[in-house]
Amino acid sequence: MTRPRRGLGAPLLTLLLFWFVGYPLVLTLAEALGAPHWTLSHVAEFARRPAEWQALWASLWISLATVGLAAAIGVPLAFLFERNEFPGRGLLGALVALPVALPPLIGVLAFLFLYGESGFVSRGVQALFRLSAAPWRLSGPGAILFVHAYSMYVYFYLFTRAGLARADASLLEAAASLGASRSRAMWRVTLPLLAPALAGAALLTFMTSLASFSAPYIFGGSFRVMTTQIVASKLNGDSAMAMVETVALAVIGFAGLGLLRKAERRREVAGGTRGVAPRRRQLTRGKWAATAAGWALAILLLSPHATLVLVSLVPRNTWTTEALPPVLDLGNYRALFSEAERLRPILNSLWMASAATILAILLGFAAASLAVRRRSRWSGPLETLIAAPWALPGTVFAVALAAAFSVHAPWAGRFVLVGTLAILPLGYLVRSLPLTGRAAFAGLRQMDPALEEAAASLGASSARRFRRIVLPQLRPALAAGASLAFLAALGDFVVSIVLYTYDTRPISIEILSSLRVQEIGAAAAYGVLLTALSAAAFLVWGRRTEA
Amino acid sequence: MSDFLRLDSLEKRFGDLPVTRQVSIGAAKGEIVALLGPSGSGKTTVLRLVAGFETLDAGRIFVEGEDVTALPPERRRFGMVFQHYALFPHMTVGENVAFGLGTGGAASAATRARVTEMLALAGLSGFEDRRVTAISGGQQQRVALARALAPNPRVLLLDEPLSNLDPTLREKTRRELKRAIRKVGITTLFVTHEQEEAFELGDRVAVLNQGRLEQVGTPEELFERPATRFVATFVGRSSVVPVVWKGGARIPGGPVWPATAGGGLAEGSDADLVVRPEGLAFAPAPTALALEGTVVERRYAGHCAYFLVATASAGDLEVLASPDAAREGDRVHVVPAPDGPQPRVFPRDR
Repeated sequence: MTRPRRGLGAPLLTLLLFWFVGYPLVLTLAEALGAPHWTLSHVAEFARRPAEWQALWASLWISLATVGLAAAIGVPLAFLFERNEFPGRGLLGALVALPVALPPLIGVLAFLFLYGESGFVSRGVQALFRLSAAPWRLSGPGAILFVHAYSMYVYFYLFTRAGLARADASLLEAAASLGASRSRAMWRVTLPLLAPALAGAALLTFMTSLASFSAPYIFGGSFRVMTTQIVASKLNGDSAMAMVETVALAVIGFAGLGLLRKAERRREVAGGTRGVAPRRRQLTRGKWAATAAGWALAILLLSPHATLVLVSLVPRNTWTTEALPPVLDLGNYRALFSEAERLRPILNSLWMASAATILAILLGFAAASLAVRRRSRWSGPLETLIAAPWALPGTVFAVALAAAFSVHAPWAGRFVLVGTLAILPLGYLVRSLPLTGRAAFAGLRQMDPALEEAAASLGASSARRFRRIVLPQLRPALAAGASLAFLAALGDFVVSIVLYTYDTRPISIEILSSLRVQEIGAAAAYGVLLTALSAAAFLVWGRRTEA
Repeated sequence: MSDFLRLDSLEKRFGDLPVTRQVSIGAAKGEIVALLGPSGSGKTTVLRLVAGFETLDAGRIFVEGEDVTALPPERRRFGMVFQHYALFPHMTVGENVAFGLGTGGAASAATRARVTEMLALAGLSGFEDRRVTAISGGQQQRVALARALAPNPRVLLLDEPLSNLDPTLREKTRRELKRAIRKVGITTLFVTHEQEEAFELGDRVAVLNQGRLEQVGTPEELFERPATRFVATFVGRSSVVPVVWKGGARIPGGPVWPATAGGGLAEGSDADLVVRPEGLAFAPAPTALALEGTVVERRYAGHCAYFLVATASAGDLEVLASPDAAREGDRVHVVPAPDGPQPRVFPRDR
């Protein structure tokens, strides 16, 4: 309905969102530029240091290489699963997408236990060839790329599958009737039609890789990318330099978002043709080969997480030089729940993620509701503020929030939140907003406005329309957004490492400290627990989404 | 005037674009008024203004003498059937129909009885527990009607109610719709771009063009006495011939045909002659009124046929005649039919 309603809701919400999304970024920028004297001395210092340029360059090339590797794995996989029919296709097709649902730190941890210096594979190789030392070290850019490729091929896999499923079979039939061979049809018809989907996947991979923190932090060593460089500067107390670095990373992030938006617009145009997707090829001769390859692949992809489970059963100080752990028991798990200090991070993560998710749903829905259902001049700013955290690496927001809320200046809207219980949930909230907000915006945009009009013409008040029509229609989208937001907050590492206090330390930080004191069993047990909680959240919400 | 529903000089603009201009229509109690016009004519906007989904820039709306202009849609007590029905997908057929019957829910006996009654009216008895996504398009249309009528509204509004049905189903549903509306005896305003639908369902038809009301009248009035060139060409088939209005319709380089002038036409001005196929005939030999031409197309329609005749001075003319009156390629002489509707002349600029 386009009955105009004026109220203070939209401007007040815009102001609130600006306070904790936009304002910290503005303050960071001001500080980077040397406010209040605008000396630019920090920027000049940044430009003088070769280490900064190296980190910037490392971020760029690692991200580009990740795009290439992820495409090389994800695209062929998508063709295998979308165009061919073989036993186990449905289950394996879903398993292959699994890495995207797991917190990045868990993937890193699993890789460490499998392929790291004292991981199963390296121990196996060492034992097999009777080597005196580990055959390799899992560190440096190679290790980072390895982990990136493993977790980010899923973007290419999902986008390509979606693109192939949308493709119109009649186009391929037309190409065949015009005498095109299968390879010609692939190069001239299928791939050009997939181009927008591939561009979207490429940019998403690029952005994720640019923001990646866990892998460079754990495996990078002296090899620094921008995210680890920022955190290092921050922890070393060089706060001004951290600001400049943050701004530099934010600029690259925004440039990436601009490109992504462009690609999305192109995809909408290309998505215009709707037809029946080509039928899957029933594999006959290659059927068993494809099935075996599919299962082998699934085992390969799931092995890091199986490793995690195995290591979580290793009691402290029992596994030294043997190829396989000699003792396995549930001691690590018992400790998690019986020792108050070990239980604390779990409870922390749960309450902070829940609080952030609930607030993110409320704010995301309120913003979408005000922007979509009652269009006004505030619609644009609201949507931008909701989406902005998605464009920027978590490190950027963590540093910006730390800078904005470590000063007591109530007249400037600044309060000391750093070191309090509030700061970490606030950080998670900022990161969750785009997830719930985008879901709410999309859900409301897809809803037929006639439904609400019909309810109004039947005499329903606006409260009843909201309860009986809008909310039930929006529930699936909100549930999906909420589950993603909860997963992100629960597994967060990058915001936590900048903003945590001992009292609010979440699971990810506890994993890190366990690793530092060589308690790999405990670290793995936390990892398994986090994975289980994530999977449970995903399943619970997934089921509610279907209902 | 004792109109039950009265639209008084409705004005609405979207930005700088006026979409309805000074639209005034009245409807007596129980009357069915069709809003007919091409797409973009503002007919749906008029309906949405009446429903209260859009706010008026100027003008007023009265029901039973009560000014409802400022009332929100939920307090107007107008039932509406939407173009795509807008059935609530998360509710059953019965829950949809019960929605307007207050907040008591589908449980109360009175509500259940009303739902049963309305579904019976719509020919859907026993459909209460079906999902609205699991029934056919025609059935969905009837659920939408039952839902709109259930709260006993004062006025029924229908937005292109049949446009989503396939043609064979459309005619049957049209008759059922009319029967149901007549049975309830509700004052009805409905939007359509199909002349046949407007003529069959509407007691009176309001023709809209570019936001303006061109004419309101019975189908006969619109067909036989169109008030404007637009109505003359939009309603029914017709050919348009540029003429000079001077002692009749003077076709440049051709004869002068007798015609009725509409809309304050000055002697000697440029005008358009609008002539229906049944207003023209073939003459066996050249006469003073005859235009010579060649049959370029013949469309057979059972007991008669439509002939498209290319003439030098009047362009293409469509003539209705017996199927064997001519063949393609024949040279023929076209004259005004002595017993057909007289051609009408309208000012050129409209």
